[in-house]
Amino acid sequence: MSHYSSYQAVGTKVLTKSFIFLGVIAAIGIYFMIDRFVNGMGAVSNLNGGYPWGIWVVYDVVVGTALACGGYALAITIYVFNKGQYHPLIRPAILASLLGYALGGFGALFDMGRWWQFYNILLPGNWNFNAVMLEVGLCVFTYIIVLIIEFAPVPFEKAGKAHKLKALNKVLFFFLALGVLLPTMHQSSLGSMLIVMGYKVTPLWQSLHLQPLFAILTALIMGFSVVIFEVSMGTAALGQPSEAPLLSKLTKAIVWLLSIYLLFRFGELAVRGKLGFILDANLNAFMFILETSLFVIPLMILRDEEKRKKGKQLLIAGTCLLLAGSLYRFNAFLIGYDPGPGFSYFPSAPEIMVTLGIIAIEIMAYLFIVKIFPVLHRAEQA
Amino acid sequence: MKRREFLKAAVGSAAAVTCGGVAGSAEARENLKPAPEAVGMLYDSTLCVGCKACVTKCKEVNGMPPEIDGEHKAWDSARDLSGKTHNVIKVFRSGSGQNKDQMKDGYAFEKRSCMHCVDPGCVSACPVTAMRRHDLTGIITHHADVCIGCRTCMTGCPYNVPQFEYDKPFGQIQKCQMCNQAGVERIDQGQMTGCAEVCPTGATLFGKRSDLLAEAKRRLTLKEGEHYLYPRGDLANPSKPHEKAVPDYQQHVWGEKEAGGTNVMHISSIPFDKLGMPPLDERSYASISEGVQHGLYSYMALPAVALAGLTAIVRRNTVAQGDESGMDTDFEHDEKEEGQS
Repeated sequence: MSHYSSYQAVGTKVLTKSFIFLGVIAAIGIYFMIDRFVNGMGAVSNLNGGYPWGIWVVYDVVVGTALACGGYALAITIYVFNKGQYHPLIRPAILASLLGYALGGFGALFDMGRWWQFYNILLPGNWNFNAVMLEVGLCVFTYIIVLIIEFAPVPFEKAGKAHKLKALNKVLFFFLALGVLLPTMHQSSLGSMLIVMGYKVTPLWQSLHLQPLFAILTALIMGFSVVIFEVSMGTAALGQPSEAPLLSKLTKAIVWLLSIYLLFRFGELAVRGKLGFILDANLNAFMFILETSLFVIPLMILRDEEKRKKGKQLLIAGTCLLLAGSLYRFNAFLIGYDPGPGFSYFPSAPEIMVTLGIIAIEIMAYLFIVKIFPVLHRAEQA
Repeated sequence: MKRREFLKAAVGSAAAVTCGGVAGSAEARENLKPAPEAVGMLYDSTLCVGCKACVTKCKEVNGMPPEIDGEHKAWDSARDLSGKTHNVIKVFRSGSGQNKDQMKDGYAFEKRSCMHCVDPGCVSACPVTAMRRHDLTGIITHHADVCIGCRTCMTGCPYNVPQFEYDKPFGQIQKCQMCNQAGVERIDQGQMTGCAEVCPTGATLFGKRSDLLAEAKRRLTLKEGEHYLYPRGDLANPSKPHEKAVPDYQQHVWGEKEAGGTNVMHISSIPFDKLGMPPLDERSYASISEGVQHGLYSYMALPAVALAGLTAIVRRNTVAQGDESGMDTDFEHDEKEEGQS
């Protein structure tokens, strides 16, 4: 089954009104980024002694990279489980992963208090193998490079120089394998980072040994969901052909992952006697119920043979799951994070603008690249 | 080996990389033990008069500026630890706040500075070894020359001790280093910490951890009301003692066992949760975190096995799918184009 020549640039105008609007958001974000470098983090953010991590870490890195797990989820499906029929989705998914991770890495850089010394994490002499952050840092760094390599054929193809990459083509399968292993490692470790925070992570989210398991399961769920989301949006916004029949099969994987996740999640709460916290009349309990609902509603939709085939229902389920996985991370790292009395945190307006700016840059880059480069799949000409 | 077996092996090892943490937790390491010649301090809240001499001396030793709060430019108004303050005296109040060291209508002082944990979360969590526990003294120092400013140490500290200088474009982490950081080295030179040296009542006492723990336990056995000669300064070589009636102590030495113990220990008449101490049991979170991490990544064995299996499977499947690269690279089209031009 050959797919050659089956990708093409969308070719529509890049400078649309919405693109310019995103450009304005990006410019505001960049202004505050410069402010942060000139005047320090305190000038732009509301970070403090009790809340050293705000939305720059929790959204840009922790949530952002999980939202960029589409390439990871599809790579498992296509190359590990040998489901060749999903080939048409791989390029847009790898592109979205590359952008998400690259900007996550960039977010990590300007959240680094001592960014000019970032190279210290690359020097083996400094490595602390006990630190989860070391594994996360090195793994994310390596994965960004792997994604660049995986995506390399696309610009070469555009230039009509794909044959120059014959040598790379011979070894690309190795990078695809790395592209499955690395996210498995660092997405689970992003959860492990919560362990050392101990009591500061509220009991509903402090699962200690199970942190890596919950992190990887939700990352995979988000990865499959983001594929569904991107394709459905592409169908709606860019006039791409509907891939609904293809997508409905992906949902089987989601149903499995969701079931395992919910089983362990509630099992952990029950075994450690923490179910009572769900009934507390406070923000944490409310957030837990909201998050759980966003996991359970899609499960109901996706288990239904009929609903699963409908594009709109798929989009609703996918969107809910992206929100659920994001909320799980926000709750664990930020909303349910309590360093003790005397500290509070809510992001400042400039801090939010920086994050919105990064999201805008990401969307602009995606639109620009799919319109110029052969990323999206062309419908079969019968 | 059949493809199916390959598949099982690789998926199995990738799954193991994820779930190994759960299994590895069984092999989680014990809490670290106190360093052989651990030094520390004993803070007796009942002796503290809130004079803040220790706060001033600390700023002098560490070359830190005062914190100016509002109109009060005459004195340092540090309210909590920050990038400018390594040590601070805080107050607990209840009701009308008139009676020292009593719960009802009372008040009590509490010193907040680095506790120099026996099994420190900051040291465990730092990716670049910028936080170090000294092998002999157990003192936790910070090394800004390698620090990348990720602030994981702040998330990993149960006492919220490490502070980042958010107000500077090129800030760094700040925390008490028991007056023994490079360039100060009071302990190495046989001196005591600045705060213990200037404490007029002996509320902050410097010494070996084991001696201080014995002293703390001795005080808890004393009868309320009888007089006791409280040593001041350095327990090994104390200055003139401070004679005072024994208060009604809480029967608990904070830092003997909490999360593996601390080298800076506190005793008090007020329950420690009221003084803002965190809810800790005896297990250190660092030991759990490291157990999970090493369960998954010891010698990188699991990832290596997983990568070998995954590589074999991806290779087979891309070939089987008639797409050697896996990214659907279009050669033929290209070469045709080249031939035509």
